[in-house]
Amino acid sequence: MDAILLQILNGLDKGSAYALIALGLTLIFGTLGVVNFAHGALFMIGAFCAVTVQRILNLSYEVVDETQKDFLGNPLKVKTSYVESWFGPEMGGAIIDWAVPIAILFAIPIMILIGFVMERGLIKHFYKREHADQILVTFGLAIVLQEVIKYFYGANPIQTASPEALSGVANVGALFGTEIFYPVWRIVYFFFSVVIIGGIFSFLQFTTFGMVVRAGMADRETVGLLGINIDRRFTIMFGIAAAVAGLAGVMYTPINSPNYHMGMDFLVLSFVVVVVGGMGSLPGAVLAGFMLGILEAFASMNEIKSILPGIDQIIIYVVAIIILLTRPRGLMGRKGVMEE
Amino acid sequence: MFGLDNKDTRLLLVVAVLTLCAPFILNPFPTDSAMAQFNAGYPDLMQRFVIFGIFAIGFNILFGLTGYLSFGHAAFLGVGSYSAVWMFKLLSMNVVPAILLSVVISGLFALLIGFVSLRRSGIYFSILTLAFAQMSFNLAYSVLTPITNGETGLQLTLDDPRVLGVSATADGSIPVTNLFGMEMRSTFEMALGPWAFQFNAGYYLCALILLAAFYLSIRIFRSPFGMMLRAVKSNQQRMNYTGLNTKPYTLAAFVISGMYAGLAGGLMASMDPLAGAERMQWTASGEVVLMTILGGAGTLIGPVLGAGFIKYFENIFSKINDHVLHSWFSFMPDGLEDFVVFIIHPFIGKGWHLTLGILFMLVVVFLPGGLVEGGQRIAKWVKGRKNKDDSASATKTPAE
Amino acid sequence: MGILEVKNVGKRFGGLQALGDVNLSVKENTVHAIIGPNGAGKSTLLNCLVGKLIPDTGSVMFDGQSVLGRKPYEINQMGISRVFQTPEIFGDLSVLENMLIPCFAKRDGAFSLNAITSVPSEKDVLEKAEAMLEEMNMADKRHMHAASMSRGDKRRLEIGMCLSQEPRLLLLDEPTAGMARADTNNTIDLLKEIKEQRDITIAIIEHDMHVVFSLADRITVLAQGTPLVEDDPQNIRGNPKVREAYLGESA
Repeated sequence: MDAILLQILNGLDKGSAYALIALGLTLIFGTLGVVNFAHGALFMIGAFCAVTVQRILNLSYEVVDETQKDFLGNPLKVKTSYVESWFGPEMGGAIIDWAVPIAILFAIPIMILIGFVMERGLIKHFYKREHADQILVTFGLAIVLQEVIKYFYGANPIQTASPEALSGVANVGALFGTEIFYPVWRIVYFFFSVVIIGGIFSFLQFTTFGMVVRAGMADRETVGLLGINIDRRFTIMFGIAAAVAGLAGVMYTPINSPNYHMGMDFLVLSFVVVVVGGMGSLPGAVLAGFMLGILEAFASMNEIKSILPGIDQIIIYVVAIIILLTRPRGLMGRKGVMEE
Repeated sequence: MFGLDNKDTRLLLVVAVLTLCAPFILNPFPTDSAMAQFNAGYPDLMQRFVIFGIFAIGFNILFGLTGYLSFGHAAFLGVGSYSAVWMFKLLSMNVVPAILLSVVISGLFALLIGFVSLRRSGIYFSILTLAFAQMSFNLAYSVLTPITNGETGLQLTLDDPRVLGVSATADGSIPVTNLFGMEMRSTFEMALGPWAFQFNAGYYLCALILLAAFYLSIRIFRSPFGMMLRAVKSNQQRMNYTGLNTKPYTLAAFVISGMYAGLAGGLMASMDPLAGAERMQWTASGEVVLMTILGGAGTLIGPVLGAGFIKYFENIFSKINDHVLHSWFSFMPDGLEDFVVFIIHPFIGKGWHLTLGILFMLVVVFLPGGLVEGGQRIAKWVKGRKNKDDSASATKTPAE
Repeated sequence: MGILEVKNVGKRFGGLQALGDVNLSVKENTVHAIIGPNGAGKSTLLNCLVGKLIPDTGSVMFDGQSVLGRKPYEINQMGISRVFQTPEIFGDLSVLENMLIPCFAKRDGAFSLNAITSVPSEKDVLEKAEAMLEEMNMADKRHMHAASMSRGDKRRLEIGMCLSQEPRLLLLDEPTAGMARADTNNTIDLLKEIKEQRDITIAIIEHDMHVVFSLADRITVLAQGTPLVEDDPQNIRGNPKVREAYLGESA
C-alpha cells in the first residue's frame, strides 16, 4: 500500500510537468492549428528565467571591512549582495532564498512577450502551410533558442535551490496513517500545477474571451465570420501557452538542475502525452500527463523491473504506440481532429 | 547510359567526379598556408561526407517522394552500426559481410516499425516514428546492454571469436577492418609542391557505395514506383480510387530508406568499428531531416549537397575561433575589429549549431526547395539578366 | 439482372436514417441517373457503392460479386471508377503523369515494386496514356502542372483517368457542380461521346436537371433516404411525386 502511494506521489511531479507542457501544446494546436516543436524550448527558457533571477538577486559588491582581518592581517573584503544591503541582511537573505518563487513574477511577462514575438514574427506565417513545415520551422527555432541559452549560460546544468523552508521532506503518509517521506518542493510543484491548470480551465470556461477561444477551437471560420478578431485572441493564447510552459520550467528548477537541452528532452515526451490524451483535447492532455507520469513511476519500481527489465525506459512509448494504433484519436480526442 | 537519360547521366557523372576527386577538391589550400584550416580533405571527414550523403539520399526517398516525415531514422543507422560491429566481433574483419548484415537487419527493423507507424499519416506518423526511435535509444542504453554494451558503446576486444579471422593479430592488437585484405585505414599521401593530398581506401569504398546508392535513387525517382510515391504525396484519395493500395507503396519506401540508413550505419562502423546508442537519438534523426531539407527535399542532388554542407560546416566552422577572426579582421581599426569579432563570435566555434538553426529556419521560410532551389533561382536570375542584356542589345542594334 | 444490384441497403448515422431501404438496379450499357433534393442520401449511397462506407443492412452486388467489406482500391480493381464532385487529381504531377498512373494501375494491379524500369521505357503504358490525352483533347497540355489547370480541364482529366482504366461502371458524383455553363455543356458533350463510343455503364448523381435529362436513359429519384420512383426520363418529368419531393408540399 505504502509502496503504491509512494509511486503515485513519485509520478505526480513529472506528471505535472508533462501535463503543463502538454496543456500549452494543446492550446496552441487547438487554437492555431500549429504543431509547435519549440514548446519544450519555452519550458527550458522558463527554467532559465529562474536561474537569471537567482543570479540577479545574488549580484553583490565588495566592501572592505576594517574590523575583520584575513590571515595576513589585511582588512578583509566582504561580499555583500545589493539585495541584502537594501533590505537588510535578514529580509535580503530571505529574498535571495526565495529566488525561484520570485522568478514566477519575472517569468510571466517575459514568457508572454516571447510568446507574442514568436507568434507574430514566425508562427503566424505558417498557419496555412503543411504540418510538416510547421514541425520543421519550429524544430529549427527550438535549436536556435537552445543554442542561445547555451551561449549565455553554458552547457552544464546549473543548480538552483528551492527556498530553505520548502527544501526538506515531509511525512505525507501521516494523512493516511502511515509513514511516507516525500520532498516538500515536489508537493509544492504538484499543487502549483493544479492551480495553473485550474486557472486555465476556468479562464476558458468562465470568461468571454475564453468562450470565444473555445468556439474558435471548435470552428475557426464561423467565429471569424461573426466579425470577432480571432487572430488577436489567438496571439494572446499563444502568449498564455508560452507562460504556462515557462512557469512549469521555473518551478521545475529545484527538482532538476536546468540545462540547455532539457526542453528537447521534455518535448518528445510531451508530444507523446498530447497524442495519448487526444490531439486538441485539453482535459485529455492533463489526464494523459498525470497518467503517464504515474505509469512511469510504477514502471521504475524494482518489483516490476525485475519482471520486465527496462520497462521503465519505454513504458510511455509503448502506451503511446498501443493507444495510437487502437484508438487513434487518443483518450479524449474529438472525432476528426487530425485523423488520417 | 545505364538506363538514364542524358540529364541524369550528367548529374551522376558530376557526382562521380566530385566524389572521386574529393581529396583534391577539398584540399585547395597549401598545407602550411593560413587558409589550410578550411581544407576538408582528411579521410575521416571525407568518409563522413559520403556516409551522411547516403543516409540523406535514403531519407529523401521517403520524405522527398511520399512526404512522410520520419523523425526516427537514426534508429536504423544505429541498428546498422551495431549489426556491423557484431559481424566484426563474430565473423571476420572483412567489411562486406558486415555491411550486408547491417542493410538486412535495418531493413527488417524498418519493416517492423514502418508496418506499425504507417497505419497513421501526417503528424501522427512523425510522432510514432519519434516514439519508436526514442524507445530504441532507451533500450539500447539500458536493457539491451548485452547487445549494445550500453553507455560505453559496442567495441571490439581481443577475445572476440572472429570465426573466419583472428581474435588478435600477431603483435597482440585488435585487427583492423578490411576489404579482402585491403585495410580501410590505409592512406596514400601524395605531396605535390606545398599541397598534400590523402587517398584513403575506406573513403574510396564509401564513395563507390555512395555512387551506387545515388544511381539507385535516380532509378527509383524515374521509375513507375517513384512516380507512384509522388502520387501518394499528392493525393491519397485519388490513389485509392484508382485501384492502388497506398500502404505497400509507403511501406516499401520506408523500408528502402531504412536500408539506406542501415547501409550508412554499417559503413560508419566499417570505418571505425564501434557503435554507440547516441547515434540513435532523435536529435540525430533531426540532423538527417536538416540535411535533406537544407539541400532540397524531393530533388536528386539536394540531400547529398545538404549532407556535405552540414558536415563541412560542423567540422570547419566549429574550428574557427576568436584568434582566427582577429587575424581576418586585423585590417580594421582596433575598436571596429573587436566589435566585428564580438558580433560574429556567437555563430562560430561551438556556436555553429546556432548558425545551423538560423539557416535552417531561413530555408524553411524562404526557400522551401533548399539549396537546389536557391541555385535554380540564381541561375534563372543570371539567365534573365543575360537575356535582358541580349534583348537590350538586340533592340539597340537596328537603331545603330 | 443489372450490372449493379443494390438490395435493401440501409445506413444510419447516430439518430439520422440516411438511407432507408434502397433498391436499385443499373442495367449494363445504360446511363442511370440518381437525383433527389439535398439530404436525400445520394452521396451516402454512392459512398456505399465504392467502399468508403459500409451499409448497416442490405447488399451491393457488382457483376455478381459483393463489394461490401472491400477496400476502395479493391472495388476499383473490380471495374468501378469514380469521378468526384471536386476533381480529385494529382495536383503536384504533370498532366501526362496523371494519366500514366491509372494506366499503370490497370496493367500492374494494386501494387507493383517496379523500381527498375524507367517511366519513358514503358512504351505500351505511355502510348495508352498519350492516346487517352489525345482523346480528351489535352495532348498539348501534357507537361502542364495539373493543379494549374482550369476546373473544366481538371474534370476532363479526371474523367480521362477513370476511362483509361477501362472500367465497366463509371460513377459520377455531380460532375458539373460549381461549373460555368460553357464548362457544363462541354462536360455533357464529353459524357455523351463516351456513352456512344464505349461499352460502359454510367451511374450519375446530379443536381442539375439539364445535365440529367440530356444524358440519362433511366432515372431514380431519391427522397429522404428511399427511392421514390424509378422510370424513364420522359415519365419522370411529369411525375407529381417528383415535383413534390423537389419543390415541397406547396407545389
